[in-house]
Amino acid sequence: MPTMDPNRKKSKPVDLVDSVDSRVELTESTRSCPFPDEVLERVLSLIDSHKDRSSVSLVCKDWYNAERWSRRHVFIGNCYSVSPEIVAARFPRIRSVTLKGKPRFSDFNLVPEDWGADVHPWLSVFSSAYPFLEELRLKRMAVSDESLEFLATSFHGFKALSLLSCDGFSTDGLKAIASHCKNLTELDIQENGIDDLGGHWLSCFPESQTSLEVLNFASLNSEVSFDALEKLVSRCKSLRVLKLNRNISLDQLQKLLLHCPQLMELGTGTFMQELISGPVTEFKNMFSNCRKLVTVSGLWDATPLYLPVIYPVCASLTFLNLSYATLQSSELANLLFHCRSLRRLWLLDTVGDKGLEAVGSCCPLLEELRVFPADPFDQEIFLGVTESGFVSVSRGCPKLRHVLYFCRQMTNAAVATIARNCPDFTHFRLCIMNPGQPDYLTKEPMDEAFGAIVKTCTKLQRLAVSGLLTDRTFEYIGQHAKNMETLSVAFAGNSDLGMECVLKGCPKLRKLEIRDCPFGNAALLSGLTKYESMRSLWMSACNVTMNACRMLAKEKPRLNVEVMRDEEGSDDSQAHKVYVYRSVAGPRRDAPPFVLTL
Amino acid sequence: MSVPLEHDYIGLSDASSLERSSESSNISSDNASNNVFNIKATELSLGLPGFAKNSEENAAKSGPAIKNYMSGAKRGFSDVNFSGSGKGINGVFEKNQTQQLVSSSYVKPVEEEKKGPVSENGSVPPSAKVQVVGWPPIRSFRKNTMATNLSKSGYVAEANLGSGGCLYVKVSMDGAPYLRKIDLKIYHNYAELSKALEKMFSCFTLGQCTSNGIKGREGLTESNLKDLLHGSECVLTYEDKDGDWMLVGDVPWEMFIDSCKRLRIMKGSEAIGLAPRSMDKCKKRN
Repeated sequence: MPTMDPNRKKSKPVDLVDSVDSRVELTESTRSCPFPDEVLERVLSLIDSHKDRSSVSLVCKDWYNAERWSRRHVFIGNCYSVSPEIVAARFPRIRSVTLKGKPRFSDFNLVPEDWGADVHPWLSVFSSAYPFLEELRLKRMAVSDESLEFLATSFHGFKALSLLSCDGFSTDGLKAIASHCKNLTELDIQENGIDDLGGHWLSCFPESQTSLEVLNFASLNSEVSFDALEKLVSRCKSLRVLKLNRNISLDQLQKLLLHCPQLMELGTGTFMQELISGPVTEFKNMFSNCRKLVTVSGLWDATPLYLPVIYPVCASLTFLNLSYATLQSSELANLLFHCRSLRRLWLLDTVGDKGLEAVGSCCPLLEELRVFPADPFDQEIFLGVTESGFVSVSRGCPKLRHVLYFCRQMTNAAVATIARNCPDFTHFRLCIMNPGQPDYLTKEPMDEAFGAIVKTCTKLQRLAVSGLLTDRTFEYIGQHAKNMETLSVAFAGNSDLGMECVLKGCPKLRKLEIRDCPFGNAALLSGLTKYESMRSLWMSACNVTMNACRMLAKEKPRLNVEVMRDEEGSDDSQAHKVYVYRSVAGPRRDAPPFVLTL
Repeated sequence: MSVPLEHDYIGLSDASSLERSSESSNISSDNASNNVFNIKATELSLGLPGFAKNSEENAAKSGPAIKNYMSGAKRGFSDVNFSGSGKGINGVFEKNQTQQLVSSSYVKPVEEEKKGPVSENGSVPPSAKVQVVGWPPIRSFRKNTMATNLSKSGYVAEANLGSGGCLYVKVSMDGAPYLRKIDLKIYHNYAELSKALEKMFSCFTLGQCTSNGIKGREGLTESNLKDLLHGSECVLTYEDKDGDWMLVGDVPWEMFIDSCKRLRIMKGSEAIGLAPRSMDKCKKRN
């Protein structure tokens, strides 16, 4: 099915462990399959979805084999759930790997450095098992410059590298990729803990590099050679995604756009420049040739004077990322007036409720909204968005499915209204920034808000809760959230009952991450039979003791129960950070000293 | 110099519940000045159009953060002090409850006890203000970028103005329960600034404003405002780059926005140390 956004995943990935695990239980079947292997393989090779492939592999041994020979892409949601050797043994012909490492809370500094998720062991195995590997997409992995160099030199047909939220490497590693990967089509570097030693890496692309389709260096801070960049862009005729960093000026952008009218996704550099004549005059034709543009991001420092420069392309935009542009409500309203086709919109809360009203009125097709806080840590600030902005959006955008909303006040009534207006939510993440804050009007807990969401939005897959919450919230979740796969909880609940309700009631639960909640041993152990059907459980700053963790580990040998010790760890009976996940690879062999596998 | 008493979302003053009893003497002295507002708060006065919305948006202060929620807290959960309730400026506010038109949270009655089962061992956070590790959940890249934004574009007034964008400064008013932030760049002279400030802080002088959509009797209210501000001798002062508090209006506008780090609306009596000038004189300068 063709989609407008070529980068959007078509199928939902399923843990490799699911089907690896069941391999153990496969029995010999009589050879009843009428097709020769080659035909079966050819047919199965048309199946993309991992879930389907998992199901296929369970039919019978022939199908299992046909599936494994025809699989080209493997998705590994937890790098410790399986070993590279097991993967290589099962799937001999992989061309593309997606690998995720650290628990998600590592993004928020809850996981110490050197925790693990090193990509190198994987690369070593892949270099012999998959010499023709073409794509590698890593999320929250530890990646060193040596690994990048190894990657660049070991896989001669390598095409696409995507690094999201990884750490441990520097721009030197990127130099290796640029220099050695002759067939590179994609270099996507996003939000990594990278040591930025300068922009010289970009100049390492040889003159012969003409195949780039995706280049994203928006989150790198140093300046690249504009000359090298311009030449690169002009010779890569298939470039469809270009995301620049903030150092690229407006007139540099203008020059670049002349070379790539075929661009579909653009991340601008700084969107403001001191000029003699007005920006609209100077830059008014900047986008006039970009007829295929559907995504715009960047827009750093954009001011009202400069935004009109993008008006000519607004009508066809489906994704607009303004989350680094400190816009006010009227600027946003003026801009959105032109953006009627938007499906996805990311904003900063500087736009306020008034700005969100404009969203509601201008973007009826909106499916995804993310509102980030401009000033999340300054507690004196009262700017930002409230419940009323969210309600306005929900009124005007009934197709909303995916929301991430940071705010400082919310009410149960507002969320109930929002749920009624947008019953199709699949991803609902509400972050009331002050932990444990109740409904600011009624002073009641926010239980009814999330109750309304789970009752009304039956398609809900992902939920993040916040505010003052009692066990009632989790009772609701357990009763109603039958499609929920991921739940994030912080500063919530009263007792073990809360967590128990979720573990007992949510059949599709795969990832549960909890911090700073009064859930204890009984809660942890109530999920004894559940955790093997989940990818992982994270519990930090809860009420869990080491003994309970040991008990869990003992009862369930196919789970890895890891406890992270505090640096100052004096209290040995409390388990401060617990990470439980299923694995066919057994306990980690690379665990650092502060990680205890029980 | 008295710092405006900061209120959390339910109007409690910013102090841990343990400290609250010792602060009650401070609170009662603030009551005196608050009383001025609360008498006004009983009036069913309508705010200026457009201003009410700001008030709505800004009404809820992000209240006290969690003590003891620091990652790596060694205590078990039950050890943590959860009583978020406490005394506040309750007596004064409670009688206004029925007369409120809108949810400006600072006039909300303070509840002594939380409703429902949460007060026992529940997740009601203590009210000390401490930054919690990894909360709100924002990735490092965004955190660092916004911090750079703040210093680069002058979002906080520490920076140079050369990069355009906004120039946000904090504005406090003596006796008002919370601060505001304004972008100095959107004003072109002192007159515009003082007008904007009058509008912004009128709710602390005339009482609360309406909910969205209700238009105010603009003319009447505005003149009331001016009378009130001038009558009570409020003086606009600012903190400059050197940390000195100066009267607003002494220097040319451009120089002012270049050096202004923070604004404060003082009671006339407190501004005695500074050269006496009135708001009128400020306006005359332009």
